[in-house]
Amino acid sequence: MSADVNPAPAAPHTTRPFYWSVRRELWENRALYLAPLAVAGVVLAAFLFTSHGLPREILREVATGGEKASNVLHMPYAAAGGASFVITFIVAVFYCLGALHGERRDRSVLFWKSLPVSDLTTVLSKAAIPLVVQPLILLVVVLAAHLLMLTWSTAILLINGVDLTLLWGRLHLGLMWTMLPYGLLINVLWDAPLWAYLMLVSAWAKRMTFVWAVAPPLALALFEYLAFHTKHVLGLLNDRVFGGMAEAFSVGGKGQVPVRSLADVDVMRVLANPGLWSGLVVAVALFAACVWLRRRSDPI
Amino acid sequence: MASIEARGLRKAFGKSVALDGVDLTVEQGRILGLIGPNGAGKSTTLNAILGLTQCEGQLSVMGRDPWDQRDQLMTDVCFIADVAVLPRWMRVWQALDYVAGVHPRFDRAKAEGLLDRTTIKRTSRVRELSKGMVTQLHLALIMAIDARLLVLDEPTLGLDLLYRRSFYDSLLNDYFDGDRTIVVSTHQVEEIQHILTDVVFLDRGRVVLSASMEDFEVRYAEVEVRPDALAEARALRPIHERQLFGRTYLMFDGVDRSRLAALGEVRSPSLADLFVATMSPLSAQAGVAA
Repeated sequence: MSADVNPAPAAPHTTRPFYWSVRRELWENRALYLAPLAVAGVVLAAFLFTSHGLPREILREVATGGEKASNVLHMPYAAAGGASFVITFIVAVFYCLGALHGERRDRSVLFWKSLPVSDLTTVLSKAAIPLVVQPLILLVVVLAAHLLMLTWSTAILLINGVDLTLLWGRLHLGLMWTMLPYGLLINVLWDAPLWAYLMLVSAWAKRMTFVWAVAPPLALALFEYLAFHTKHVLGLLNDRVFGGMAEAFSVGGKGQVPVRSLADVDVMRVLANPGLWSGLVVAVALFAACVWLRRRSDPI
Repeated sequence: MASIEARGLRKAFGKSVALDGVDLTVEQGRILGLIGPNGAGKSTTLNAILGLTQCEGQLSVMGRDPWDQRDQLMTDVCFIADVAVLPRWMRVWQALDYVAGVHPRFDRAKAEGLLDRTTIKRTSRVRELSKGMVTQLHLALIMAIDARLLVLDEPTLGLDLLYRRSFYDSLLNDYFDGDRTIVVSTHQVEEIQHILTDVVFLDRGRVVLSASMEDFEVRYAEVEVRPDALAEARALRPIHERQLFGRTYLMFDGVDRSRLAALGEVRSPSLADLFVATMSPLSAQAGVAA
């Protein structure tokens, strides 16, 4: 060692490249958690705003009797879940389209590549956003919204002296809170090739990633319809984009009759669907292609 | 072991040849200036060294193949590839957290100390900083990394003189320790001459000059030739000739100074003088005519 004019450098410390890469994505894309929070907040606000009528409503529904009472009570819970679901899906589309494009456009890819984080780690951390992070955020946000609604309704009913069993007995909390993580998991697995495809477009296209992602499949579907008067491509697209919802939340995965009890859920049928597994194989291949492209990416 | 060892690097983008057989050896502890006009292949050479681009030929950086072993290489090598590549959305504290989280040799205390000398606030976003401040931030991050090789590609492009000067001063005073190797490419030849130990001129993908600064000072001499000694001076094969205010200056490579002193006033040319002499088409003609 030569005589060192600088103070001794700090000893090498352990690093967590994957963890910090995911943190980095959340710093850059705050919509990942702000969007579902905002949407759940709006539903919650609407619920609080109308909750003064809850006791009257419950007593009326009970008086008329029937299945409808349960539906009306479930409405805000389903709305909080459904609206957060939809916004999370939309945010994921735009996140994936920007994931490997934005860093090339603003040249920051040269900074990221100057640090010891492999292209594989980078792509995996970005893939983890729609596959792991967003579903977890959604789960927490929706559960929190449900708990707040439940607490508030209970308080309102107590103040008004209404029998609590009228509410708690009619809400299928068990079904709701089982279907939420189950539906999220099925959707993640089902949508994986969609996210991988969008990310590949973002790694490849120089500009207009949305057009590059959407136009070719639609053009193919249009061509098929005009040439052969068939809709196989359109059917496939529809299945890949919305099929996860049908698989998770409808009886037999047909998208017609919604699941109304745990008996309607057939996990084995979903796992036996070859579409699920072929989609996952395609997703792995597309993510591998993303790593290959990231290795060779230049600023644009 | 040399930090960088390159033999016959070739790279073509379509029909345009970026590197046309570049040989380069950089020993540990040297500060190499890579100098050349636009399109000479400086950035391509640096990108090959950093494993950002694939090249034909042999290339070893810190004993590794930079393309195949890039992931391991990046713990030993650091670079500033360009000005203004820090992500504009990032806050200063996030940059510190992130680099500390992914780089095993990042000394956060040192980075904080360097930042304390500036007016950069931890809560600012990169987009809110001036161009000079962004460079200060980037330099603070990079200098706090105990890397063996630092590569700088036009690190001060577009900065004003004050920032450029403090950039290189800081590099020498707070970073360079005699063990590290630095490779820097720039247009601003004059400003880096005093920090270099070696220099390489690139032109159209080829190395046209490669010398240590000691060699450079011994080898090259410029003579303000007396009018009556012009013919005699030209016979000594000058590499460049120029006229200024009616006087004639000839530049020589490897000609004994005592011999030159008889022709007129001898002085040591700057790197910029030699750069112009080597790159201008006139020098080629002078070489042929002599």
